[in-house]
Amino acid sequence: MTTEQAATKRQRPIVPFLKLPENEPAYLAGSRCKHCGTAFAGDRRACANCSAVDQMEPIRLSDKGEVYIWSIVHQSAPGIKTPYIAAIVDLPEGVAVRANVEGIEAEPKNMRFGMPVQMYTEVVRQDREGNDIVAYKFRPA
Amino acid sequence: MLNMRDVYVVGVGMIKFGRYPEQDIGSLGGQAVLLALKDAALSLKDVQILMSGNLYQTSMSGQRVLKEVGMTGVPVYNVSNACASGSTAFREAVFAVGSGAYDVAMAVGTEQMGKMGLLGAPADPSTSPEGVLGTGLMPGVFGMAGMEHMRKFGTTHEQFAKVSVKNHHHAMFNPLSQYQVEVSLEDVLNSRMVAYPNTLYMCCPTGDGAAAAIVCSGEKARQLVGGGKMIKVAASALTTDPYTQRTLTFPDINTMTKECARQAYEQAGMSPSDLNSVELHDCFATAELLHYENLMLCGEGEAGRMIDEGRTALGGDIPVNTSGGLLSKGHPIGATGVANVCEIVWQLRGQAGGRQVEGHKAGMAHTIGLGSACAIHILTA
Repeated sequence: MTTEQAATKRQRPIVPFLKLPENEPAYLAGSRCKHCGTAFAGDRRACANCSAVDQMEPIRLSDKGEVYIWSIVHQSAPGIKTPYIAAIVDLPEGVAVRANVEGIEAEPKNMRFGMPVQMYTEVVRQDREGNDIVAYKFRPA
Repeated sequence: MLNMRDVYVVGVGMIKFGRYPEQDIGSLGGQAVLLALKDAALSLKDVQILMSGNLYQTSMSGQRVLKEVGMTGVPVYNVSNACASGSTAFREAVFAVGSGAYDVAMAVGTEQMGKMGLLGAPADPSTSPEGVLGTGLMPGVFGMAGMEHMRKFGTTHEQFAKVSVKNHHHAMFNPLSQYQVEVSLEDVLNSRMVAYPNTLYMCCPTGDGAAAAIVCSGEKARQLVGGGKMIKVAASALTTDPYTQRTLTFPDINTMTKECARQAYEQAGMSPSDLNSVELHDCFATAELLHYENLMLCGEGEAGRMIDEGRTALGGDIPVNTSGGLLSKGHPIGATGVANVCEIVWQLRGQAGGRQVEGHKAGMAHTIGLGSACAIHILTA
């Protein structure tokens, strides 16, 4: 590996709307329609709710949310570790995101609807070039 | 009905769903086409246009069927709409005749899945968010859809599991079902957990299969059926998911199904109580209970009680999935929507054998495809 290659290695988000600024905490980026107020994860060209164009403004999504619903996945594709808690997490801006809930055993008795959760980030793997792939996850708040 | 002339189903056929590794979709679909032609007393030369539903072998699936049974040079449309592919192909055949452009149209649905395992599983998990950012695979998505119903209405794991018991029981009377095995509530609850609350027996299998249906104009149908029953397509509705709060993250199968059902009942000029049986999209046991409410077979939050009371079992006031449903009859994706139409036609004609609903005059065939699409047909005799 050359010095140049090593210098370009960095952390990369698993999805584009996870932002990893150098000197501040990671956050989820969203957008909001100035016409109807609907908020979304990530950037958009037009509003999926009211179809307004040129009305989307960038917003920063909260790192605290609530578990809307969950399942415990016991069987998945080869290479995916099971069991794990798969959830839909509601953020206060009105955006829902898919996420794993970690930090507790994957048992139905540990889960309740509406439980408050806190976002954190973690390196989950390396890509082919050796960059760290960073994901967002949630744990009970 | 929509702004077009009346359309009638004059022939249906399907092969037993299962695993046919030695065959291809041309061969599977060809058998279904020949069965439907025989049923209608028509020749392939009478069929003026073919609509072919398939998801995983989409490249010229309809032409591959015609290479097996007769290359008549007719127009072929190859239709892909996830698990609603077969229904969408059937709807296109209805429109081809309803528009007046053709007098006889055929829909064929095919799929060869083998033991492909979980649908949509990433080819390379190391580059996919699956399992890291929750899940987008069907068992988890439909597990969560069931959990949403639990959250709203207190529906229980046992109530969802009862759907599997019922549909496996219905399949005992359907020789074309992929599985003909009775399962008890304990069997279902104790089978391997796939994605909570759906256990193995609460998930439809993968498999291979084909089904075909022939539709034609009223004049042509009267010639063909003679003194037999005229099976009318009383409604054909197709919707996609409108924007709702979480649907970009967690597909909202309820809103689009409710709207599709509303349109279908309006087209047919009927209400849910006019139906004698329903074939609905029970890809997972959780889905069936949600659709009782979405199709307005009961009120909001009443689906759990509906299965408890046996209202949707054979002998109940609105039997659901008399064929065994996707859970037991199987779900070779492109074939499913056409196979649902076959079941309603057999019920309307009184040809459903041990699973026959007495005095059957109207039935509904419903499918959904995630991503999303919902198709509903109401057939009447």
